[in-house]
Amino acid sequence: MRNKDSILRKPAVQSLLTSLLCILLGLLVGFVVLLIINPAGAGEAIMDIIKNFLNYSKPATRLKNMGNTLVKTAPLLMCSLSVLFAYKVGLFNIGAAGQYVAGAGACIYCAVGLGWSWLPCMIMAVLAGALVGALSGALKAYRNVNEVISCIMLNWISLYLVNTILSQVKNPTSPYTYEITKKVVMENGAMTTVAHPGAVLPQLGINGLFNNNKYVGLAIPLAILLAVGIWVLLTKTKLGYELRATGLNMYAAKYCGMQDRSNIVLTMAIAGGLAGIGAAMLYLTGFEEWSCTQSSVPAMGFNGIAAAFLGGLHPLGAIFSSFFIQHITDGGAQLNKQVYPSEISNLISSLIIYFCGFVLFFKLTLTKWLNGRNEKKNAAKGGSAK
Amino acid sequence: MGNDQTRQPGEEYAIEMLHITKRFPGIIANDDITLQLRKGEIHALLGENGAGKSTLMSVLFGLYQPEEGIIKKDGKVVKINDPNDANALGIGMVHQHFKLVECFTVLDNIILGVEPVGKFGLLQKAEARKRVIELSEKYGLQVDPDAKISDITVGMQQRTEILKMLYRDNEILIFDEPTAVLTPQEIDELMQIMRNLAAEGKSILFISHKLAEIMAVADRCSVLRKGKYIGTVNTKDVTMEQLSAMMVGRNVNFHVEKKPQHVGDVILKVEGMTVASHVHHNNAVKNVSFEVRAGEIVCIAGIDGNGQSELVYGLTGLEPLVSGKVELLGKDITKMPIRKRNIMGLSHIPEDRHKHGLVLDYSLENNIVLQRYFEGDFNKFGFLNKKNIREYADRLIEQYDIRSGQGAVTISRAMSGGNQQKAIVAREIDRDPKLLVAVQPTRGLDVGAIEYIHKQIVAERDAGKAVLLVSLEMDEVLDVSDRILVMYEGEIVGELDPKKTTPEEMGLYMAGAKRKEA
Repeated sequence: MRNKDSILRKPAVQSLLTSLLCILLGLLVGFVVLLIINPAGAGEAIMDIIKNFLNYSKPATRLKNMGNTLVKTAPLLMCSLSVLFAYKVGLFNIGAAGQYVAGAGACIYCAVGLGWSWLPCMIMAVLAGALVGALSGALKAYRNVNEVISCIMLNWISLYLVNTILSQVKNPTSPYTYEITKKVVMENGAMTTVAHPGAVLPQLGINGLFNNNKYVGLAIPLAILLAVGIWVLLTKTKLGYELRATGLNMYAAKYCGMQDRSNIVLTMAIAGGLAGIGAAMLYLTGFEEWSCTQSSVPAMGFNGIAAAFLGGLHPLGAIFSSFFIQHITDGGAQLNKQVYPSEISNLISSLIIYFCGFVLFFKLTLTKWLNGRNEKKNAAKGGSAK
Repeated sequence: MGNDQTRQPGEEYAIEMLHITKRFPGIIANDDITLQLRKGEIHALLGENGAGKSTLMSVLFGLYQPEEGIIKKDGKVVKINDPNDANALGIGMVHQHFKLVECFTVLDNIILGVEPVGKFGLLQKAEARKRVIELSEKYGLQVDPDAKISDITVGMQQRTEILKMLYRDNEILIFDEPTAVLTPQEIDELMQIMRNLAAEGKSILFISHKLAEIMAVADRCSVLRKGKYIGTVNTKDVTMEQLSAMMVGRNVNFHVEKKPQHVGDVILKVEGMTVASHVHHNNAVKNVSFEVRAGEIVCIAGIDGNGQSELVYGLTGLEPLVSGKVELLGKDITKMPIRKRNIMGLSHIPEDRHKHGLVLDYSLENNIVLQRYFEGDFNKFGFLNKKNIREYADRLIEQYDIRSGQGAVTISRAMSGGNQQKAIVAREIDRDPKLLVAVQPTRGLDVGAIEYIHKQIVAERDAGKAVLLVSLEMDEVLDVSDRILVMYEGEIVGELDPKKTTPEEMGLYMAGAKRKEA
């Protein structure tokens, strides 16, 4: 039955449509909330959020702020890749947050505490994230512990462990660690710092494109490259074939002799490594420092779940969804703080995330609607069908 | 396509489905179908898979609304909107897979949904119990009302289902493939029960594709084929061959052609195999030993759930052995990983094609290389060679006549059961195995596909391969195998020669009534 509506049945088109629908609904409900708080400025406020860096009139400032959004998009993209990669293999990696924390702890400690340069710091971040991920994977594969439970527990374990370790490199006058451009040295038994620019990610000249935003650099092209790499790994390689088969039907995977258990561990290790490198992509730019007193797991890993679903669980879709979510999150900062709390942008992104939960429902409804239309058409044709 | 010529004056129908048409997108599931069930008759509904039997029954139960046609009860037009309407009209059904609560007693299951409730919402079971016992005596349905479902035999579970219908005063009883899970003795009992019910004035619709049973018990038979109504006949006026031709639209060769046997070396040797059960706290396979030689088809016969599945799991490596030894080509493979066994020459057509046999959301071509994707032809430096995969898949699709909507890229879930099974058979046979383990390879397939798969299995045997066939179908066991091993409660209780044995003798072994002397 080839109708012209069949383009609406294509999975890619359906994913795109439903994601756009989620965004629209999220913005709409956000707008309603703004209206309730203060009807006068609501229209302007929602536009401010959507425009984000476009609010600035000077092109140079626009570029600089766009650079800031991109700096935080890279780690978000890594976390969403982490989630979707595990998801494709049938695992729900809610532990991307904890793996991200582990990566942050490893790279900051190696840079500030040990004075390593950026590449080994980044590798340590990958390994730390992978280790935390592999732990959940191993518990699932060999002890049948639900990965969601172990991931949530490991999120908190990672957070407090990292807080403890990074207290070693904490600035005594603030709750934050020293800047990434410094390293800790002991002088006459007292802790002090010297300059150490080697741990900062190279800028590769990309910063020039964004009005010399010094945080912009290697992380952004690397993140996009990794997204493409994950897509290739999942669809073109033998390993991807095995991992997806294990995720779709672990019984069939076992039947044809795949190592279903070690595949689960490997998957979680890769997912953890992705979240870990995400942390390195943010903290090794010096964009922000770690607060050793924080008592909630950074939202980056959880936002990764949202970005993964909003991106239709496709690595290339995740690039755009990550940017979008970061974009409106930053857009919240543009609001008039006297009238609206800046958390409104968090509310909108969480609404979008919430509606993302209905992606499958929207797809099913769309398909049902198409079927219904076909059936009606057929019924209208009546006897001619015979 | 007249139905009026079968109607005789003054005769009353219990239920009539007249000119029912039900369309789905792209397919007409029921195309002008007429089914008339007389009072007190046993009426068979015959058709292959996909002929439209299930759709027709769903229409009768109000799960689907037909585009055309009407339903009459006792000559009056009725509208059935949902299963509750059907129940109110006295229509009841015994499903192929029973709908019983395992941890409840027989009595609890029978009254479930129509519980006799007294004051303060308390159950009044004594009354119900009395009625159940009366009913079971009246129709010869032997059950123990206080036994738990999980403890009783499949036959008794089925009798519980029948009592459920009778307890609800159903007048029209539908049996959906009721004999699939029964031993020959239990089948005979069921036939007798059905005759008793009909004699008491109940009208019975008997859905089946087993011709012998239809000939034995039904008065009339309506045949469907590919959604169309072929006709209704009196069973005493037709032969089995005629019925079969009506069902499939051509003459079917019932007997599998086999060349004379040339038995070779021992390929598979199993010694003292014991495999644990996941369902119960004991061993599903108990100390089983046997051999399979090149060029023979050894069949493991038995009723479902007597350890056949676990035996295969142990052989193929899906489950570890508790004790014992498995040798393939003289080599101990007891602890060998599955992949290595498969490479050594073990092919396995699994019992459950959806659970083990296929990754349903993979394309057909990806499923066809499921046992070979790691070979040099299909990947290089860790990347899949999609061109070679496509070529190989296309060759198998052509050679084994696997039909699907879009060829190699069709998602396997969208294929029919028969073609899914053909894909698995093609994949497993094309690997040129030394030993082919086929577990219920024709389950749920239509006559045409069964014929095809039997031919492929016999061709493997003729080519000098060793074949271990596990089957629950009596006809399949007797037709295809060279040697029969009967399993009962995890043990091999008899070895039979298919040329010398009878279904009755096999049934005694299968039911545990008879066993070889140790």
